[in-house]
Amino acid sequence: MEKSKVWKFNHNVDTDQIIPSQYLLLPTIEEMKAYTFEPLIKDFAKQVQPGDVIIAGENFGCGSSREQAPRVLKELGVRAVIAGSFARIFFRNAINIGLPAIICKEAYDKVKQDDVVELDMSEGLLKIGDETLTCTRLPEYMQTILNAGGLIEFLNKEEVE
Amino acid sequence: MRMTISEKIIASAAGLEKVSAGEIHTVNVDRLMSNDGTTHLAIDMYNTLLKKPRIADKDKLVFIIDHNMPADNPKTAAAHKKMRDFAREHGIAFYEGKGVCHQIMMEEYVRSGELIFGADSHTCTYGALGAFGTGVGNTDFLYAMVTGKSWVLVPPTLRFHLTGKFREGVYPRDLILTIIGDIGADGATYKVMEFTGEGAKAMNINERMVLANMAVEAGAKTGIFEPDEAALEYLENHGRKPKYLFKSDPDAVFEKEYNYDLSKIEPVVARPDNVDDVVSVDEVGDVKINQGFIGSCNSGRIEELRTAASILKGKKIADGVRLLISPASNTVYLQALQEGLMDIFIDAGAMIMNSNCSVCWGGCQGVIGEGEVLISTGTRNFKGRAGHKDSKVYLASAATVAASALAGKIVRADRVIA
Repeated sequence: MEKSKVWKFNHNVDTDQIIPSQYLLLPTIEEMKAYTFEPLIKDFAKQVQPGDVIIAGENFGCGSSREQAPRVLKELGVRAVIAGSFARIFFRNAINIGLPAIICKEAYDKVKQDDVVELDMSEGLLKIGDETLTCTRLPEYMQTILNAGGLIEFLNKEEVE
Repeated sequence: MRMTISEKIIASAAGLEKVSAGEIHTVNVDRLMSNDGTTHLAIDMYNTLLKKPRIADKDKLVFIIDHNMPADNPKTAAAHKKMRDFAREHGIAFYEGKGVCHQIMMEEYVRSGELIFGADSHTCTYGALGAFGTGVGNTDFLYAMVTGKSWVLVPPTLRFHLTGKFREGVYPRDLILTIIGDIGADGATYKVMEFTGEGAKAMNINERMVLANMAVEAGAKTGIFEPDEAALEYLENHGRKPKYLFKSDPDAVFEKEYNYDLSKIEPVVARPDNVDDVVSVDEVGDVKINQGFIGSCNSGRIEELRTAASILKGKKIADGVRLLISPASNTVYLQALQEGLMDIFIDAGAMIMNSNCSVCWGGCQGVIGEGEVLISTGTRNFKGRAGHKDSKVYLASAATVAASALAGKIVRADRVIA
C-alpha cells in the first residue's frame, strides 16, 4: 500500500470552493491550479504534494458541473478523493478524467488533517492507523473507464479496436 | 410497462423496451449544449487528445456564450474566440449575448421526450417540458459530441405531489427552496425529482422551469414534469412539436413520494452558504443588504420581472443598495421593455444588465466585495459564489429581492407593500 498525507474537508464541499468561477475561463488547467481551494485554504496549491489524498464528508463536489474541479486536483497530483458520498456530476467527471473518486463511509470520522493513510486502490482498501477500511467498488463500467486512464483514453482505445 | 417518464425517455434513447433504476445503458443523445464555462477546454481536448477527431452530428450541437458575456478581460475574450471560431469552422449553432443558455435552449430547442446533455449543471431545467436534461462535464460532452452517444445510470425517481394553490405573494421559487430545505442538498443525489398533481399542472412552463432548474441543488440528475397541454402550447408558440409525450405509468416504481400543499408554503430565503439552509423570511432576523439581483436561469423570466416591477413601481431602492436586473434572454428583455417594466426598474434606481448569467455565477459582472451581502434570485449561495470569499448570498424570490432592495434589509414583500 502507498502512503499518503490527508487533506481533510467537511461535508458539502462545492465545486465553487474547489475552483472559483472567476478562474474557469483561464486558458489552461495549469494556469487555474494555483487557485485550487482558494476560498477555503490559503496557498493549498503550494502546500499540497503529489500523492496526497483528500478525505471529505458527504456530498463532495456538489454544485456546478465545472470539470475544472477534478482536473485541478489531478493536475496538482492529488492521488484520490475519498468521501462519504459524492455529488453526481463531480463523481462522473472525476472518473472521466482519471481521478479516483472513492466512496468510503467511515473514513471521514476516523482521520484528521495531516494524518498519513495507506491506500490500495486495486483492492479498495484504506488503512488508517491499525484499522483497514473497505471502500465501495465502482460500477464495472466506470472502473473500466478509470482503468483506461479516463474517458478520452477509453474512447481512443475503442477507436483502435 | 411500469416505467416513469425518465425511464421511458432513457429506454427510447437506448433503443430498449424497458429500463429500470440502477441499470447502466448506452444512449443516443438528442441534443448537446455547451457554454463558455468549459467549452474552450473541450475544444483543446478535441484538437490535441483525440485519435480520430470528428463530430457525430453537428446539428445536435449548440454553443452558447452566456457566463462571462460580454468578455471582461483578454483571457476570457480568447476563450470566447476559440469557441466562436470552432463553431463557425464546424457549422455548429452558436449564440452569444442572446441570453442564459438554458433559457435559449427552452426557447429554441428543447422538445418533450428528448434526452439532452448540457455541460452545465442546470440543464435539468428542460424537465419543465418533459425532456430529460442533465448536466455533464466537458469530457462527457466531448465523448457525446464525437460519438453521438453516452452512458447513463438509470436513476430512481422521487415524486412530489403538489396540491392546492399558492397564497398571494408566494411563488414557485419559495416552493423549490422549501423542498430543498426539507430534503437537503444531497436529498435527491443521483435521482430524478418528478413534480406532479394539480399544483404542478396549474403552473405554466416558466413556473415549472423554476422548480426543475433547482433539482440539481438537491443533487438530482434532473427535475421533470409530465408534458401536458401547457407544454404543447409552449412548443407550438415556439414553433416546435414534441418528440414523445411520456407519462409515468400508474404502477411505475417511485423510490419515495412527497406531498406539498402549496397553500402552506411561506416566502422563504436560503441562508449563506448552503442552498438547503432555508428559513421563513420572517425568521431571518435583521439582515442588511448591499445588493439585490433579479435574473438567472432560475428566475429571470417575464413572470419574475413583472412581480419585481409591481413591488418597485413608483418607489426608490434604499440608499447604498444596488439592484441588478438581468433578463434571462433578449426575448424576455424585449417583452419587459414593451410592458414598460424597464422604465419602472430604472425609475426605482435599478441597473439593467444584458441577458447573461451575471451575478448568479460570480465570474464577472456585479460581483460583491468582502463582507458584503447579496440577496439573489440566482441558483446558488455557496461561500464566495458571488465574489469575495467572505461575502454572503441569500437566495429568495423576485418579490422578496425587490422588497428587500427597497427596505435595505431582508423583508417579506407584503410588509413593504403594507
